[in-house]
Amino acid sequence: MKELFPAKQVLGFAFSLVLTVIALAVYFLDMSFQTGMTILLVTAFVQAGVQLTVFMHAGETDDKGAIYLNVYYGLIIALVTIFGTLLAMVWDM
Amino acid sequence: MEFLERFAVPHPSIAIYASMVAIGLTMIAIVAGLTYFKKWGYLWREWLTTVDHKRIGIMYLISALLMLFRGGVDAIMMRAQLSAPENTLLDAQHYNEIFTTHGVVMIIFMAMPFIFALMNFVVPLQIGARDVAFPRLNALSFWLFFMGAMLFNISFVIGGSPDAGWTSYFPLAGNEFSTSVGTNYYMLAIQISGIGSLMTGINMITTILKMRAPGMTLMKMPMFTWSSFIANVIIVFAFPVLTVALAMGTMDRLFGTQFFTMENGGMDMLWANLFWVWGHPEVYILILPAFGIYSEVISTFSRKNLYGYKSMVASMVVISLMSFLVWAHHFFTMGQGALTNSIFSITTMAIAVPTGVKIFNWLLTMWKGKIEITTPMLYSLLFIPLFTLGGVTGVMLAMSAADYQYHNTMFLVAHFHNVIIPGVVFAMLAGLTYYWPKMFGFMLNERIGKWTAWLLSIGFLLAFMPMYITGLDGQARRMYTYSEATGFGPLNMISFVGAIIMAVGFALIVYNVYYSTRYASRDIGEDPWDARTLEWATHNPVPEYNFAVVPEVRSSEALWDAKKHGHVLFKDRNYKKIHMPNNSGVPFIMSLIFFVWGFSFIFSLWIPAILATIGILVCMAHRSFEQDHGHYISVEEIEETETKMRGAK
Repeated sequence: MKELFPAKQVLGFAFSLVLTVIALAVYFLDMSFQTGMTILLVTAFVQAGVQLTVFMHAGETDDKGAIYLNVYYGLIIALVTIFGTLLAMVWDM
Repeated sequence: MEFLERFAVPHPSIAIYASMVAIGLTMIAIVAGLTYFKKWGYLWREWLTTVDHKRIGIMYLISALLMLFRGGVDAIMMRAQLSAPENTLLDAQHYNEIFTTHGVVMIIFMAMPFIFALMNFVVPLQIGARDVAFPRLNALSFWLFFMGAMLFNISFVIGGSPDAGWTSYFPLAGNEFSTSVGTNYYMLAIQISGIGSLMTGINMITTILKMRAPGMTLMKMPMFTWSSFIANVIIVFAFPVLTVALAMGTMDRLFGTQFFTMENGGMDMLWANLFWVWGHPEVYILILPAFGIYSEVISTFSRKNLYGYKSMVASMVVISLMSFLVWAHHFFTMGQGALTNSIFSITTMAIAVPTGVKIFNWLLTMWKGKIEITTPMLYSLLFIPLFTLGGVTGVMLAMSAADYQYHNTMFLVAHFHNVIIPGVVFAMLAGLTYYWPKMFGFMLNERIGKWTAWLLSIGFLLAFMPMYITGLDGQARRMYTYSEATGFGPLNMISFVGAIIMAVGFALIVYNVYYSTRYASRDIGEDPWDARTLEWATHNPVPEYNFAVVPEVRSSEALWDAKKHGHVLFKDRNYKKIHMPNNSGVPFIMSLIFFVWGFSFIFSLWIPAILATIGILVCMAHRSFEQDHGHYISVEEIEETETKMRGAK
């Protein structure tokens, strides 16, 4: 039965639909800019994670260590670059 | 006529007209020569369409040497202009153009291809592979770099050179202050060659991760391969930032966007920020492969294994992360607060620690070694004290409070030449001398080589030590002249003399190539340096398929194991047919279209730009639908080549 029904993928698909609906709600519901942006950022990152693990099959092969290492390395550098830039250009001017 | 006016140089001089004539005559001479000697077919079949990593490496090498001389001529002109107070050899505009092109050419079109030359040639051999992972992509990388370099180099005869410094800071680089097409050249030429660099990064990472010989685990890779791996990881993470920044700059200049303007919500300082987010990791992209070369050379000529292999690897991994944490030290004086400056001061000083670890490892490798001073070793021995000097002044510059004194003075110029020349340039010349027999089957002359190393070192000290002094006394960089009352005259004259001595040194390299080609013995065997790593286990020069039999490895010094500890490198002596990639002309053609594409954008010629874009897409579609399964080298051919190669011994 397990071979016939890809539960993980179906659940992942449903979950990503839910995330999309939540993100879409920001446009239709009346909320403050801050709340809206927070919801968008959170749903965007969770969505990216779901896509990566469920539909791009990260973590299903032997080189999953290398894949996750790469993702974490990229994340660290992206965060450092963004927050470093904000610090130097905006917050500490 | 109105159409052609845009191609005129806005600020001409006799020297530029003379260069136009010289370039025209050279091109005619090349075409005539190729036709007369009937070499067009040879050029196309053996070089322009090649996907062989060794030939691509050699083409990178030739381009790098050519660009070294172009950038070197710029340097001599600058030093000549500054050699006396109130000199009128160059005017301000020419001086601006020359220091801009000197910087761009030396970093992007000399140092980068030089490291790619050695990476391409050496890494597949060191890991026992037959080629890189994506040979066709490798050819595309090279040709994109080459076309980017050529595009940049025609700027001074067509439309005018960029003149906003190699950092090209906005708002100076914006349309308001840089009205000529020069800065467009900067944006597009670097963009095109940058795409090539990014592809090389992906290619090399895949090659090193997936194509190592049996038995070669990550911690059994030779040090140059490790350093190349880390450098390419940095390339893949740093170059996209440059790509984005250049695209934004291009749009600001051509399409009226407002990313880096001073009004309408633009932020001019964001360019400096993004530039250095790429620019500082770029420094380590250049220096890490250089460190790899020194590791190979020092261990070979000390007749000892490399001291502290694990700490070498660890320090490079730490550098790869930390190189992304220090970029704001390039603009300590731009107005951000003390908190930001303190953070970046500390990270900058901290990155000196892993670098220091490497210096000690080299010293301890030599400790009690049986040192043989060959030309590559001489470069390495000169590198250690000279580079350390540059490292120490780097820590001085890292202190943000003190940096207000050093910023934008000749002190800074002295510092970064002090790390780049003994660090990168000496390493590349050491690598060139060390791997020359591998590439061409004969050794460069040792006597001339040592003369070169000493002349470059003495010239370097004379040229750059005085700058530390004049810099501290307040001589600003990028100033085209100074008054006699400043007292900078005599020290700048010493710098000029040093620059001339360095020029003689570089000319000697060319003479050495000529001399050794004529007189050097071709009977050098497989291992002329008594080396330790796998690349010396095949013939000189290397046959197309690298190794007739895939070697098996049990340590980072596979050849040394085979020579001294009875390790059997080639277990299965029976040849099997070898699968190799096919040559292709598409990378060259696609890059030529990229050249047209860049040129059209630079001069806002929209119809050719659209046509070129379509051409690029057609080339990519062609690749997608192409059936190309490569070809096989038969056992008979391998036997024939192997017998011939062995016979030469």
